[in-house]
Amino acid sequence: MDNKPESKHLLEMRGLRIEGQSGEEWLEIVKGIDLTLDRGQMLGLIGESGAGKSTIGLAAMGFARPGCRFSGGEILFDGVDLRELRRKDRRSLRGVRIAYVAQSAAASFNPAHRLIDQFSEIPVEHGISSKSEAEADAIDLFTRLKMPFPDVIGFRYPHQVSGGQLQRAMTAMALSCRPDLIIFDEPTTALDVTTQIEVLVTIRDVVKQFNTAAIYITHDLAVVAQMSDKIIVLRYGEKVEEAETRVMLSDPKQDYTKSLWAVRSFTKSSKPPEHEQVPLMRVEHVTAAYGKDVILKDISFDIHRGQTVAVVGESGSGKSTTARVITGLLPPLQGSVFFDGVPLPADYRKRSKDQLRQAQMIYQMADTAVNPRHKIRDIIGRPLSFYLGLGGAKLEQRIRELLDMIELDPDVFIDRYPGELSGGQKQRVCIARALAAEPKFIICDEVTSALDQLVAEGILKLLDRLQQEFNLAYMFITHDLATVRAIADRVVVMLQGEIVEQGSKDTVFSPPHHEYTNLLLSSVPEMDPDWLDNMLKSKVDSPDIVRSSDIIR
Amino acid sequence: MSEVEIKTALDSADAKAPPPKVNKWDEAMLELKKAPWSAKFGFLVIALYVFAAFFAPLLTPFGESEIVGDSFLPWNETNILGTDNLGRDMLTRLLYGARNTVGIAFVTTCFAFLIGGVAGMLAAILGGWTDQVLSRIVDILMAIPQLIFALLLLTIFGTSIPVLIVIIAILDSTRVFRLARAVSHNVVVTDFVESARLRGESMGWISIREVLPNIMPPLVAEFGLRFCFVFLLISGLSFLGLGLQPPTADWGSMVRDNATLITYGDITPLLPAGAIALLTVGVNFVVDWFLHKTSGLRDGQ
Amino acid sequence: MQKILNMVAQRLTLGLLVLFVVSIIIFLGVELLPGDLAEAMLGQSATEETLAAFRKELKLDLPMHTRYLEWLFNILQGDFGKSLANGREISELIETRLSNTLFLALFSAFIAVPLSLTLGVLAAMYRNTFYDRTVNILTLSSISFPEFFIAYILIFVFSINLGWMPSLSNVSPETPLGERLFVSLMPALTLTLVVMAHMMRMTRAAIINLLASPYIEMANLKGLSRARVILRHALPNAWAPIINVVVINLAYLIVGVVIVEVVFVYPGLGQLIVDSVQNRDIPVVQACSLIFAATYILLNLTADILSIISNPRLLHPR
Repeated sequence: MDNKPESKHLLEMRGLRIEGQSGEEWLEIVKGIDLTLDRGQMLGLIGESGAGKSTIGLAAMGFARPGCRFSGGEILFDGVDLRELRRKDRRSLRGVRIAYVAQSAAASFNPAHRLIDQFSEIPVEHGISSKSEAEADAIDLFTRLKMPFPDVIGFRYPHQVSGGQLQRAMTAMALSCRPDLIIFDEPTTALDVTTQIEVLVTIRDVVKQFNTAAIYITHDLAVVAQMSDKIIVLRYGEKVEEAETRVMLSDPKQDYTKSLWAVRSFTKSSKPPEHEQVPLMRVEHVTAAYGKDVILKDISFDIHRGQTVAVVGESGSGKSTTARVITGLLPPLQGSVFFDGVPLPADYRKRSKDQLRQAQMIYQMADTAVNPRHKIRDIIGRPLSFYLGLGGAKLEQRIRELLDMIELDPDVFIDRYPGELSGGQKQRVCIARALAAEPKFIICDEVTSALDQLVAEGILKLLDRLQQEFNLAYMFITHDLATVRAIADRVVVMLQGEIVEQGSKDTVFSPPHHEYTNLLLSSVPEMDPDWLDNMLKSKVDSPDIVRSSDIIR
Repeated sequence: MSEVEIKTALDSADAKAPPPKVNKWDEAMLELKKAPWSAKFGFLVIALYVFAAFFAPLLTPFGESEIVGDSFLPWNETNILGTDNLGRDMLTRLLYGARNTVGIAFVTTCFAFLIGGVAGMLAAILGGWTDQVLSRIVDILMAIPQLIFALLLLTIFGTSIPVLIVIIAILDSTRVFRLARAVSHNVVVTDFVESARLRGESMGWISIREVLPNIMPPLVAEFGLRFCFVFLLISGLSFLGLGLQPPTADWGSMVRDNATLITYGDITPLLPAGAIALLTVGVNFVVDWFLHKTSGLRDGQ
Repeated sequence: MQKILNMVAQRLTLGLLVLFVVSIIIFLGVELLPGDLAEAMLGQSATEETLAAFRKELKLDLPMHTRYLEWLFNILQGDFGKSLANGREISELIETRLSNTLFLALFSAFIAVPLSLTLGVLAAMYRNTFYDRTVNILTLSSISFPEFFIAYILIFVFSINLGWMPSLSNVSPETPLGERLFVSLMPALTLTLVVMAHMMRMTRAAIINLLASPYIEMANLKGLSRARVILRHALPNAWAPIINVVVINLAYLIVGVVIVEVVFVYPGLGQLIVDSVQNRDIPVVQACSLIFAATYILLNLTADILSIISNPRLLHPR
C-alpha cells in the first residue's frame, strides 16, 4: 500500500452508470455520475426517492445490490478502480478502508450476536488486531461517542438497545478500522427529531476527530447543510447541481434546486381565531388504552370551524391514538368526544350515517388508503352514492367536479387505477374522497410525511385552499414542525399520552416555551449551515442535548 | 428500504412512457407469449386434458366399461394400448379417466374453496370469537394427517363419490381457510378497509368489494396447487382401492388393477400414473409462472 | 429464560390438548356410523339375537362416555383392544409393524434431509443460475408425481430391467440389518424422492428470504468472506425456518409411507391401516389413526419448541 502513487482524490467516480432489473429488462437508474471526494471531506448527496443516492453510495464501496449491476464508468478509490479489482481485493477494502452506516441500525445488526462481537469481527477477520484489542477499542469508541454505560453496552444484543444508541454503535463499528471513507446512508431518517440531533452531533464530531472522509446521503436539506462541505443534488439518477454547501444554499443555480430550497417558504395566510359558542369538535377528558397499556391520559382540546389544529409529538406520543378515539375506532376508557355540542357514540358502529359523514379522514400512506382494485371513479364516487344517493349523470358530473377541485384532469384520471398514479396524485384522490362526503371536519394523519418535499408542498397548498373554500376544520397529526409552522392555527403538543402545551401557533412557538416544546423546537435542523454550531454553543451551559433522551424516556 | 429505493427508481424510469391501453384479452395473449416454455407447456397439457374430458365418447368407439376382448391384450390395431385385467379397452378407459378423475378432483377443489374461502374471509373480517372458534377447529382438523383422516372417515361412511367429495373437500378446506384468512387479514388491516368501515359500509360490501378483489391472485394460484393436491390424494385413495369404485374408469385404480403387468416388463400400467403426473406437472408449471408474475420482484417460494 | 420455559410449557399443554381432542374425534367417528358397529360388522342379514350378543361383547350397551374413558385408559396402558377381523390383540399386530414403518421413515429421512438441505442451500446461493433453474423444474415435476408412479418407475428400472433390486420388500423381525437395509432401499428411495423436492424448495425459499435481510448486506459490506457471511451471519438465524422445513417434511413422510408400503408390500403400519379399512376392521383403523396422528402432532410440537428456543430475541430478553 505504501508504494502506491498518492492519488489526487480519495474517491473519484467517472461517468458511473448502474442498471436495475425490472422484470426481464434492465433500466438505467444511475445515468453517468461524476464526483470527487478528498481526504477529510464530507460530501452530501441529496435527492428525492428514486434519485439513486443510496445506489451511488454503495457503488463507492464497489457494491451493487442484488438486481442491480454496473454498466459503465469508473469508481477510483485511492487511484484504483474498484470495478477492476478482484473480489478478494475488493473485500479487503470493505470495512477496513471504506465503511458503511445503514439507515436502519435495528435491521442491520444481526439479531443473533452481541454488539461488541459484531464490532470486533471486522478488525479480527481482516487480521488487523486481536479480539481483546478490538474489544478494548470498542469500549473506547463507545465512550467517545458518548454512549451510556460504554463498558457494558457492547455486551448486549441489538434488540436490547434503543434505536438512537444502535445508530451510534453502528457508527462506532464503521470506525473500528479507522477507515479513510465512511458512507452514511440516511443514518437519522428513522429517528425522532430529538434523537436525531444527538446522532448528528456524534457523527460530525468523530468524522472531524479521525479526519475521515464521508458521503452523507439524505433527503433532508437542513440536515445536509449541517453536515457536509459540499453538496450534490441528484434527480432520476442524474446530477442536477454540485457546489460548496454555503454557495449551494445561498445561490442555487438550477430551477430544480431552487424549487427544493423554496419549499419551506410556504406559510398559510394565518387567520385570527374566531370564537364561537360551541366548538365543532371537542375532546373532553379522554383516557384510552390498548389492553392494559394506557396510551392517552386525560386529553382535552377543541377544534373550531374553519381552523387547523396541529397535534405534534414524537413516535409513541399518542397522536394517532387520539385520531382513533375521535373516529370511534378505539372507544375511550373515560371521557367523550362532542361534535357540534352533541356527544358522539364512542364506537363508530353506533354512529349515524350523518355523524360518520361529517368527520372524514386522510391517511399517511395513500398507497394503502385506496383500494388498488377500484378505479378512481369508484373511489371518489362511493361516498357520493353512499351518503348523498347520487347516481347516473349527476354522479359522473360530481366526480368530475371533485377531480377538477384536486387539480387532476378528469378525462385522464377518472378511469385509472391507483397503481397508475404517483404518490402525490394518490394523496389527492384521498382528499377528493374525503371531500366527496361533504364533511365539516377532516383528520389528516401525517398526510405529507411519506411524500417528497415538492409534492408535499402541493398537497399542503391544496388543503389550505379547500379549507378556505368550504370552511373546513382540520386536525393535522404530524411530527414535522415545519409543517406545523406552515398550516396550523392552533397547536397541541403531546408527550407520552399527555398534552404538555396547547394554544395558538404564535403563543406556542414564541418564548417562553414548555421545556419539551423547547426541546422539540431546538432540535429541528434549519437551513443555516451554522445552525448546529450555534445551537451547541448556546447549549454549553445546559447539557440538554446529551441528556434529552433521558427527559423523554 | 433498499428494495423500495430501487423500485421507485425503476418506477420513475418507467413513468416516462405510459403503457398503451389494450383490452384484457390482447393483454392476456401478450403475457402468454412472453411466458417461459414451461408455462406454455402447462397450458397445452391442461387444454389437452379438458378436451379429452369433454369429448371422450367421441374419441373412442368403445364404452367406458365395455369388455372388448381377452384380458391383458398387448398393444394392437383395434386396442391401441391393449386391454386391462377385465378385457376393457385401455385407451378408452384412459380417456374416460380424464373425465372422472379430473372432474371429481375439480368439483372437490371448488367445494373446498367455497367452504374454506368464505370461512377464512369471515374469520379475518369479523375477528374476535368467530375467528377464534374457526381457527381452533381448523387447528384440530389439521392436527390429523389428511390421508389418515380420509381413511378413517371413508371406513365410517363407506366409499361413494358424494362421500368422497364431501370428505376431501372439508379436509382440504382447512388449508384454504388458513391461506384465505392470512391474505384477507393483510387486506383487512389496510387503511382502505378502515376507511370503508368508518364510512359505515356493510359487512357484505367490505367482503365482496374491498377484500375479495385483493385476495384473488393468491387464491387463484392456491386453487391450482390445491387442485393438484386433491387430485393426487384422490388418485392415491383410488390406488389403495378406497377412492372411486369400479366400474368407473379412474387412473388411480387402473394402475392398481394392472400393476402385475409391470413385472412382465410392460409399461402400460405406468400410462395412467403418467397421465396423473403430466397433469399435475402442467398445472404446477402454470401456477409457478402465475406466482412469479403476481409477486412482482419478490422471489416466490 | 423464564419466558421460554413458559412458552414451551404452553406449547406442550396445547399439544396434549390437541391430542386429547383428536382421540375424541377418532372415537366419536365410529359413533357416527349409520346403525352401529355391530350392524356394520355383521351386515343386514344378522338376526336380532346375534346382534344383541355381539353388542354385549363389544360393550356397546354401555353409555358413550364410559366407553370412551375405558378405551382411552386402555390405550394409555398399551391395550388397543382386539381386531374384529381375526380377533388378535391389536397391540401385538401393531408392534412389529410400527417399528418397521419407523425404520423406513428414518432410513428415508437420513438420505433425504442432508441431501435436500445441501441442494436447497446451493440453489439459494446460486440463485437464477442454470443450476437453480434446472433444480426448479425438476423439483416442480417431482412434486407433481404421485408416490406410486415414482415407485413403479423405480421397480420397472431397477427390478425388472436391471434386476438389481427386489420389487417386494419383505422384512421380518429376524431379518439382519444389512439385508433389511437392502430390501428397504427402494421404498426409502421413493419416499426420499417424494419428500426431497418439497424440502429443497422450502429450504431455498427460507434461505433467500434470509439473505435479503439488511444485516446480511451489512456483513457483506464489512468485507467478510462468503463462508463467514453464511456460517456466522445467516446460519444462526436460519435454524428456525430450517427446522420447520425438516419437521413439516418428516410429518409428510409419515403419511407418504402408506402408499409406498402398499406398492412394495412392506409390512408396516400403512399396509395395516389400508387392509383394515378394506375389511372395515374399525378398532384397528382407530388404533392406527391415533398412532399416525400422535406422531404427526409430536413432530409439529417439536418444530414449534425448537424454533422458540433458537430465537435470539427470546433467548436474551431485554
